[in-house]
Amino acid sequence: MYDIIEAMRYNPAVKRLTVNAPMVARRARPGQFVMLRVNDAGERIPLTIAHSDPESGAITIIFQEVGKTTAMLGALDVGDRLLDVVGPLGIPSHLDGMKKVCVIGGGLGCAIAYPQAKALFDMGAEVDMIAGFRNRDLIFMEEEMRAASSRLTVCTDDGSNGNRALVTDILKEYLEQGRAYDTIIAIGPLVMMKYVCLTAKPYDLPVIVSMNPIMVDGTGMCGCCRVTVDGQVKFACVDGPDFDGYKVDYDEAMRRNQMYIQQEERDMAAHRCQGEGQNHV
Amino acid sequence: MFNKSLVKTPIPEQDPKARAGNFSEVALGYTDEQAISEASRCIGCKHKPCVAGCPVEVDIPAFVLKLAAGDPAAAYEIIRSNNALPAMCGRVCPQETQCEVLCVRGKKGDPVAVGRLERYAADWAMARPRLEMAHAAPNGIKVAVIGSGPAGLTCAGELACMGYDVTIFEAFHKPGGVLVYGIPEFRLPKAIVTYEIDGLLAQGVKLASNCVIGRSMSVDELFSDGFRAVFIGSGAGLPTFMKIPGENFNGVYSANEFLTRINLMRAFAEDGDTPIMRARRVAVVGGGNVAMDAARCALRLPGVAHVTIVYRRSEREMPARIEEIHHAQEEGIDFQLLTNPVELLGDEKGWVSAMACVRMELSEPDDSGRRRPVPIQGSRFEIEADCVIMAIGSSPNPLIRQTTPDLQVNKWGCVVADEATGRTEKKGVYAGGDAVTGAATVILAMGAGRAAANSIHQDILAGLI
Repeated sequence: MYDIIEAMRYNPAVKRLTVNAPMVARRARPGQFVMLRVNDAGERIPLTIAHSDPESGAITIIFQEVGKTTAMLGALDVGDRLLDVVGPLGIPSHLDGMKKVCVIGGGLGCAIAYPQAKALFDMGAEVDMIAGFRNRDLIFMEEEMRAASSRLTVCTDDGSNGNRALVTDILKEYLEQGRAYDTIIAIGPLVMMKYVCLTAKPYDLPVIVSMNPIMVDGTGMCGCCRVTVDGQVKFACVDGPDFDGYKVDYDEAMRRNQMYIQQEERDMAAHRCQGEGQNHV
Repeated sequence: MFNKSLVKTPIPEQDPKARAGNFSEVALGYTDEQAISEASRCIGCKHKPCVAGCPVEVDIPAFVLKLAAGDPAAAYEIIRSNNALPAMCGRVCPQETQCEVLCVRGKKGDPVAVGRLERYAADWAMARPRLEMAHAAPNGIKVAVIGSGPAGLTCAGELACMGYDVTIFEAFHKPGGVLVYGIPEFRLPKAIVTYEIDGLLAQGVKLASNCVIGRSMSVDELFSDGFRAVFIGSGAGLPTFMKIPGENFNGVYSANEFLTRINLMRAFAEDGDTPIMRARRVAVVGGGNVAMDAARCALRLPGVAHVTIVYRRSEREMPARIEEIHHAQEEGIDFQLLTNPVELLGDEKGWVSAMACVRMELSEPDDSGRRRPVPIQGSRFEIEADCVIMAIGSSPNPLIRQTTPDLQVNKWGCVVADEATGRTEKKGVYAGGDAVTGAATVILAMGAGRAAANSIHQDILAGLI
C-alpha cells in the first residue's frame, strides 16, 4: 500500500497528491511515469511523476479529474492509500547538453513540463517557459514554474488572466525575436503539440513531445499505447513517452485516445450518481 | 480391475451453448468413479515411456496406479514431488504431444488420460487441508526470481524447498504472469492459480509485486542488494503485429491487451472499471492457443454476435491444442483457414470496420517443417469486423535486456541460456521459460524453472557464485 502524505487542490479539476513510493522515488527521472490503481476493481492508469524525492521516498503526481478513476483519486486525502503504484516507467527525457530551451506546457501538460523545466534550469540551462490554460481559474503551479525558468509567460485562451494568446502565438513571437533554442519541449493536448511543431518547423528547431496514450500495463506488454512515429509503430510506454515531435502521427493519436470515451462517460455518470446517492444517506 | 476400454473416459463438460455465455470452467473434472475407471486403463509398463515426455518428469504410472487403487492422496504426493503446479498442468499442458503421445495404450485406441487424472488428483488435494511440503532448513542465501509466471513460480518453489530465501519480483499488481493475464478463467480458474501461489508464500517465498526489473531496479542492483543468484523468467510479453495497413485503427487489439483487460483487469465483470470495447463482430488472427483463448473470450462478451478465427495455414498446422480447437468449434466460432489478412479497413471516424483477406494454398515445407502458405491470386475478400485481435505471437520484453548490458540475447531478443541448465553467460544469472524460448507452453517454462533452480543450487554448493 502506498500512503498519501500530502494532498492539495490547485483548482476545481486539478489536484496534487504526494505518495510514499520509495521504490519509484529511488530512481525516478524527469519524463518518467507511474501506473497506479486506486482500488481492487480499479483500472491501471498512467500518470507522470511531477516530482520525486529519493531521500524521503515520496513522489508527487498531478492529475485532472476527467474520468471515474481520476475522480476517485481526487476524492482521496492525507491518510488514504493507493493500492498499487508501479514505476518509474518509460525512458527518462534526454536533457543532457541542452543550454537554451523553450519548455511549453498546455493545461495539465504543465504538470509534466514542469519537472523537465526544473531539471534543465537546475542544470544551468536558460529556460523559457510558456504555459497555456483555457482560462484564469485553471492556472496552476505558476510560482513553481516561475522558479524553474528564466522567463515564464502564462497565457489563456479567453484572455481572463490579461494575456489572451495560444502558446503557439507566444512561441512564434519568441522565435521571431530570434531566440536560438537548442530544443523546444512541448507537453500538452495533442493538437497543441501538433501546432507547436508547425510553428517551429520554419526555424528548423528540434521539438520533443511527450505522448500520453491509453495504457494497460505500462511495461510493453499490451501494445495499447502504440503511436506511429516516422511511419513506424512505437510503444509509448517502453519506446517513449518522449518522441521527435515532427515525426508523430497526431491525427491517429487523437483518434486512438477516443477509444473508450463513451464507456468513460457512462462510468463517470454512474460514479456521480453513486456519489450523490451516498450524500443523501 | 484393468479397464480394457480403447477410449478415454470422457470428462464432463459444460454444454457448449451455455458456456459460450459464461466464463466458468469448461471441463468439470472426473468424479471419483470416473477417475478410478480411467486410471485402471494404465498397464503400468516398466519402461514408462510417458515419463520421458514430461518436461518435469512426473512418475506418471506410479501416480496413475495409486489413483486406480483409490488413493488420491498418495497420487498427489507423487505428482507434487516433481511438479509444483499440478492443478494447472492437468488443465493446460499439451499432454497429447508430451506424455500421452508416448502412452502404450495409445498404439491401439486412446492413450490413458494423464492430464485429466493429474487434474483430478490435484483438485482432490485442493479440496482438503494443504499438504506440508518437505523443506530443507533455511540457509539464508537470497535468490531473486524475476517474473511470477510458470517458470518463476516453479523455480521459486524448488529453491524454497532447498532452503533458499527467495523473493519473486512481479511487474503487475498480481502474481501469476500468463496464468492470470493470459489464460482465461474458463480454461484455468484463477482460484487455482491463487491456491498454488499461496502455497509458495506459505513455504516462505516472498513476493515483491509492482516491481519492474529493468525499471524499478536493475539486475545488477539485485546483486548489490545481496542476492546471490537471479533467475529471469520474465516471459514473452511484447506483442507482435502484422505490420499491415490499418492496424492502428480503433478496435484493433493485441491478444495480450484484449486478454489482459478481460482476465487480469476483469473488464467483463460488472465490478471491473477497466473498459473493453462493445463489439459485435470479432475477427481473431492466429492459430495458437492464444488465438483460441482470445476468440472464446470475445464470444463470451455481451453483444458479440459472431467470432471468426483467421489462420493462414490449415487446421493440421494449427499450433493450438486439438482440445482447444475442438472447444472453439463447438462453441460456434467460425474458422476461416488458409486465409491471411492483408489490410484492415476503417470507417471515417477511425474505427476498424472490416478485414481484407486473401485465400492461401500450401506449397513446399518451410524452415518450421510446415507447408508454406502462399496467396492465391485474385482471391481477396472482406470479413466484416468491428473488433480485430492480433494473436500472432509475442517476443520477450525488452526492459531487462536494455538495462543489463552484459546479458546475451539473440536476434529475437530472447535471453541466451543453456536450455538444460538455465545458465547464462552472466555470472549468477539464470533464465528460462518464454524469456529464453519465445512464446511456448506452461510446462516447458516449468521444466526450465526447475532446471535453473537445480543449477543455482549446484553452483552455490560448488562455490561458483
